[in-house]
Order: sequence, then C-alpha cells, then structure tokens
Amino acid sequence: MKLLEYQAKQQFAGAGIAIPAGRLARTPEEAEAAARELGRIAVKAQVPIGGRGKAGGIAVVDTPEDARREAARILAMDIRGYPVRSVWCETGLEIGSELYLGITLDRDRRRLVVIFSAAGGMEIEQVADESPEKVIKLWPDPFRGPQPYEIRQMAFDALAHAPALQEMRGKLAAQLVGLTQTLYGLALKLDALTCEINPLVLTPDGRLVAADGKLEIDENAEYRHKDVAAEIERDASGDEATTGEDPYEAEAKRRGLTYVHLPGGTVGCIGNGAGLAMNTLDLVKQMGGNPNNFLDIGGGANAEKVRNAFDMILQDPDVRGIFINIFGGITRGDEVARGIIQARDELGITKPIVVRMTGTREEEGRKLLQEAGITPGVSAPDAARKIVELTS
Amino acid sequence: MSILVNKSTKVVVQGITGREGSFHTEQMMAYGTNVVAGVVPGKGGQEHLGVPIFDTVAAAVAATGADASFIIVPPPFAADAIMESAAAGVPVVVCVTEGIPVHDMVRAKAFVDTTSSRLIGPNCPGLMTPGECKIGFIPNHVAKPGPVGIVARSGTLTYEVIQALTEGGYGQSTAVGIGGDPVLGMSFKDVLPMFAADEHTEAVVMVGEIGGSDEEDAAEHVVARGFGKPVVAFISGRTAPPGKRMGHAGAIISGNKGTAQSKIDALTKAGAGIADTIEDVVRLVGERLGAPAAR
Repeated sequence: MKLLEYQAKQQFAGAGIAIPAGRLARTPEEAEAAARELGRIAVKAQVPIGGRGKAGGIAVVDTPEDARREAARILAMDIRGYPVRSVWCETGLEIGSELYLGITLDRDRRRLVVIFSAAGGMEIEQVADESPEKVIKLWPDPFRGPQPYEIRQMAFDALAHAPALQEMRGKLAAQLVGLTQTLYGLALKLDALTCEINPLVLTPDGRLVAADGKLEIDENAEYRHKDVAAEIERDASGDEATTGEDPYEAEAKRRGLTYVHLPGGTVGCIGNGAGLAMNTLDLVKQMGGNPNNFLDIGGGANAEKVRNAFDMILQDPDVRGIFINIFGGITRGDEVARGIIQARDELGITKPIVVRMTGTREEEGRKLLQEAGITPGVSAPDAARKIVELTS
Repeated sequence: MSILVNKSTKVVVQGITGREGSFHTEQMMAYGTNVVAGVVPGKGGQEHLGVPIFDTVAAAVAATGADASFIIVPPPFAADAIMESAAAGVPVVVCVTEGIPVHDMVRAKAFVDTTSSRLIGPNCPGLMTPGECKIGFIPNHVAKPGPVGIVARSGTLTYEVIQALTEGGYGQSTAVGIGGDPVLGMSFKDVLPMFAADEHTEAVVMVGEIGGSDEEDAAEHVVARGFGKPVVAFISGRTAPPGKRMGHAGAIISGNKGTAQSKIDALTKAGAGIADTIEDVVRLVGERLGAPAAR
C-alpha cells in the first residue's frame, strides 16, 4: 500500500516532523486558490512512483494564474502509466543543504535499516552506486530501536563527507537523533516497509524540513491500519481503489484474485501456487510466446474461483488463448476441471484453452475435461508449446 | 538418512483445533508423523485428534518431550507463536502461516536467533523426510525415500520436483520448503550445509525464485566453497516484471536486485547445474548420480 506524497507528509506532520505548508488541489481552480493563499508555490503531481520531476510533473510558479495553467497541464499528464489525479501545492523552501533520511527493510539482514546521507536529493541512488561511503547505514536492534549514540555515529560518519556542514555537526547530530527516533517510531506504528524523507532540507536558519516523502505500508499489516487505508480510499478520485493502478490489476483486486498484468502479452496464464504460476509464465516465454498475466488461484481453489480467473483474464482483449497449469496438492483436479468447463460454457469462450493437470484427483479431472472436449496434457512444457502454437 | 526431522521426531501442533490445523494434523498423522501434543491457550486438559492439549508450548514440551513444533495459526498471532516455541526450547519450529506482518517477523526472527531453535518458514509448505515424518502440507503420496535433498522457496514447485524425481526413479532424503516471505527463518545457506553433512544425501536440488539475494548468498558462500555434492538449481520468475509482487510477498524484483538472471549467474559460477524446466531437474540429477537402475 503506497501512500502519495501528501498523504506521507500528513503522517509525518502528525508525528511532529516539519513539512512545508501545502494544499491539495484536484482542479486548476483549487491550485490557483492555493497559490493565492500561499504565494510562490511548487505544483507537484501526486503519483505513486519516482522520477516525476524529470517527467515534467513538478512546476514552480510565482502567480495564481501560472499555478492554474501549470496545474491544468500536470493534471492532464500520465506519468509512466499513472494518470495524475491531484497536485500538491506547497510553499517553496529556502534550501541550505539537501540530506537524505530513510528507513526500509533490509531483506539480507532480516532487519530494518536506517539510511542517512548528507548528499540527498534526486541523485541519491547514483550517490549510493558511485560513492557508497557517503551513504551510512544503521541496523537497529529490533527490540531496542535506534539509540542516540548510534544515530550520532551515523550522522558524524555521513557529515564527514560534507565539509560545509562540519562546523554545525554537533547541533545537526542532536537534531537527527530526535528526527530519526520519530521517523523510526512512525515506521513501526504504520508497519512501513519504506519510510523515506528525500530531500530532507536543511534550511539556512538551521531547521530540518521534509521536502518530499515516501511511505509504503506492509499489505500483510493492513488489518492494523484500516484508518489509513480508508483515508487513501476516500482521497482517491476515479474508480480505481487507490492510486492509479493498472485497471486490470484493480479489477483483479476487487475480485480477490492474486494477479499481475503484463500489458501486451497474448497468452493468459493460470497456475495454483505462486511458484508454479510464475513458472507457467516462464514456460510460455521459453516456448516463444508472450504471457499476458500472472494469476495464482492458490491452494484448494474451487470451481467458482477457476471460473472467476478465466473471466478476469479475458477482460484484456489482447489475450488470444488461456493456459491453465495445475499441480494438485490441496487443489483437486476434478474441482478445477468443473471450473474450466463452467467457464468455457457460461462465458462462451471460443479462444483456445490448454490444460496441464497432474496431482490430486487428476484422473477424475482429466476424464471430465475429455468428456467436455478439452484434451488435458501431463507435461507442462508440452502444454506450454501447444498454447503458444495455438495463439501465434 | 535425513536432516531436521525423522521417525523419532515428536511434534507439538500450535493451532491444532482450527479447521486447517485439524485437517493437516490428520494428514500428518496419516503419513506416520508422531504428533504428541497440541497447544491452544485456554483449552489445556482437553484432547483433540487423540492427543492432549496444553495451554502453553512450555507445558506441552515438559509433558511430552516434543522436539518439533508445527505452527498453523492466523497471521496476527503467528510471530508470537514462533517466539513461544523458541522460548520453550523446541529445536525445530515450522510455521506455515501466510501473511504475517513483516515487522512482526523481524522481531520474531531476531528473537529466534538468540535461541538454539531453527525456524522453517513462515509462508512455507513445511518439510518432509519421506517414509518417516512430515510437518506441513507436502502431499502424502508423491515422495519416496532416496538420495536427493530438496530445499525450495515455493510450495507447489516443491511438490512438482518431488513428483518428477520420484517418477524418474530418484527418491529424496528430506525436502525442506523454506517459504516465500521476505523475512524467513532458515534460508538456503542454512539448509545446504546440513545436506552436505548428511551422509545419505548425495545431491541437492535448490528451487529458488525472484526477490532478495538468498540464492546468490548461498551460491557464493556455500555452493562455491567445497560443498562436495552436486547441486542442481531451478529458478522461477524469469519473466517477472520489476516492482510487482508475484504472489509470494518475497517474490519481487526491487530496482535491479533479485532478478532470476542474477541468481542463475551466481549459481552457475558456483558450479551448480541450472535446470530450465522441472523435467530438466531430473535429467541433471541423473547426469550427476547415474541412472537409477544402475544404483
């Protein structure tokens, strides 16, 4: 669950982290009003991906008229597949230095990591690649959290690469202790997988202000954050639940299906179990085809779920045929077969369907399919080859 | 003859009275697993499926000598159940629960690491030593005893590999499903040395997938360093787009990290055989162990 910039900033502000004054605008008129109130502002596209500045999704304007014109332009944009539905209009900051402070999951260490650098801003990833010594990491004890001495050490190590900030490093380290502990507390409270301030602006008068924010909440923990989820939903405009998702993926979410869309693909793919479903796509590709989607019907799927999966896949007109790959463990072959036949007959599917079925109740399942005129295969590579032939 | 579990393993089930818990405990018993106790807070003193229920894992261990636990409780309670098992000194803790919040698992993992317990999972199919003991979901009929160790992130692909090996004439020593979450207990690099030390395991099949760098880590630090036994690896997710979660919470390519190619490259460099399909796994195992009839 990714929050938009303004939603992340509201969370920051609620925790006591300084942010620039701002207003959300969904129309050019609202942006104009914001500029009238705040003066010189930055008009920023609210999309859940990075790189919007380079894509032209941010404009700094001096007058309400310019705010209106730029907001109209940005609100008409589509940034890497995400339509812009709102803009965040915020007062410009006087910038002394741009720093970086973030918390994320370090999978390799199975811990959260706090990352700090005095070289923040748009190029932080490049800095991390080219001068990793400027990016300092701290892995706090999960039960104790980051301690002040650890944070000071992190701050001094990073500030050693910023000659201009040497003089004030003591004061800055002390500020960072409070800010880091607050941000860490927020990450824990929200079950954040990413909680990032970039840039963290140091103003000429020595204040630390969050000029941009990124927050991603663990979907497994959504049940603990219904309020945040509801807020995201409420703030969203348009039909799609949250933040300009792929329309097919949004539809799959509504249907309760684990689905990933690969736009442009022609072979619809269904598997039971995430690993097997992933492998189903790989097989199609190996045989020279283009998979259209990942769809895991999970363990123990019933006929209705199978029918639902077929219906979902056929939403995309690019799909020329469907490959369903079943290894029955908890999932029963006869149940899946009934779902396939139901889907074909009730949805009137005329596009080719290739079934690979093995495992629990495979004989019963295969018999049902054969009676219905569908020939199931046993070998997954052979079945993949067949669907690629039929859809080429 | 195996690693982690065998015919003398005594299992306590946390969540034994739930619908799923009951079903899979029965399946495990039908396979021959020695289930000695269940734990359900507040139901201590009762009996279920013919085994005594205790309020706490510590009480169950004290009364029955259980030396492995099977955790099948809902996500909000799973991390705590893992810590309870580890605190009670259970040597092998198997958690199959899917959907545990990551922060809960970070704490549970850190806690388990301070004990001598080994954690398998979460979000895994469990493990099985064919003919002796299974803890988890692996279907009862597909496996047979033999020389091939299996360690896998995906459940269904574990079953696929077991079945294909069995049909090809190669039995298995132990199959371990380590799970598809980003924060796991044992990873490839923890399980592989156990197979290396097991005299009855002659070859190992690794089933990896996109996301994280556990496969690379194991390739570099275990497989490449005098592992001593042939390793065959199968990696799924070659066609997965970056930034999308492919079913498993852990199966996601972040930036340029966690791609199938990076894992294949690392494993190739370490000397593992790379299988493109499940059928290929059997062929490569055969090349390394010889035809089953000749054995």
